[in-house]
Amino acid sequence: MILTTVETVPGKSIVEHFGLVSGSTIRAKHIGRDFMAGLKNIVGGELKGYTELLKESRNQAIERMKEQARELGANAIVNVRFSTSSVAQGAAELYAYGTAVRVN
Amino acid sequence: MFDLLFVLGLIATGYIIGTWAERRHYRSIERREREFIRLPAVTLKKLDAGSPPVESAVMVCGSAVVSVDYFKRILASLRNIFGGTVKSYESLIDRARREAVLRMKASAEGTSLILNVRIETSAIGRYANKKGVASIEALAYGTAVTFKREGAAFHTG
Repeated sequence: MILTTVETVPGKSIVEHFGLVSGSTIRAKHIGRDFMAGLKNIVGGELKGYTELLKESRNQAIERMKEQARELGANAIVNVRFSTSSVAQGAAELYAYGTAVRVN
Repeated sequence: MFDLLFVLGLIATGYIIGTWAERRHYRSIERREREFIRLPAVTLKKLDAGSPPVESAVMVCGSAVVSVDYFKRILASLRNIFGGTVKSYESLIDRARREAVLRMKASAEGTSLILNVRIETSAIGRYANKKGVASIEALAYGTAVTFKREGAAFHTG
C-alpha cells in the first residue's frame, strides 16, 4: 500500500479511482501521564507522553484507512490529509483521509 | 502568603528551567536543520518536468507536542491586557513546528525530496477547552520521493 500526500503517485500512473477512504481514532492517556503533563506545564518543553499518544493514534488511523482501501481493492492512497481535534479533556481525535486508487 | 510564595516559586521555576530548556532546544533544532539541509521539504504538489525519474514515493510524518512554561503564561496573560504580539507564544509554536518538520525529515532519511508538505497545528491537552493555550501539537507530513539517479539535484523553475 503506497501512501502519498500529492495527487498522484510520482513515477506511477493511476488506473482506477475508488473514492474517499478514511480512518479515525480517539485516544486518552492514563491519569499518570496526564499528571506528568500537568507538571511539565510549569516548566514548559516537550510533552513526550502526548507526542507518543498522537503518534500511536495516527498510526491506528492510517491502519484503519488502509484496511478500508484494501477492502475496495486499491493498492495506493493519494492526497492523504490529517486533522486533529481535542474532543474532551486529555483525549485527542485523529482523523486521516485520502483517495483510494489503483496504480501500476 | 503561602499562596503568593507558591505562585512566585512557580514563575521562577518556569523562568529559569523554561528559558534554559528553550535555548537548548533551539540549539538542537538549528544543528539538525543544518544536517538536513540536503533534504528539501517543499509545498509543491508536482515534480518539475526536468527532474529525474522517480524510484519510490512514501508518506512520512513527524509530530511534536510542546507546552509553555508558567512564566510565559503570565507574560501572555499580561499581554492580553494591552494587546499586541504575544512573543512568548510565538517561540512555542515555532519550536513545535520546526521540531515536527525535523522529525519528518529524520524519518525520510535517504530520500531526495519531500513533496507537498503540510503542517497541522492544534491545541491539545487539559486546557484545550479552557482559557489560554497550554500545549500545542504540530504535525508535519509529506511525500518523500527518491530519484533513480544517484546524487541528482532537484530542478526548480
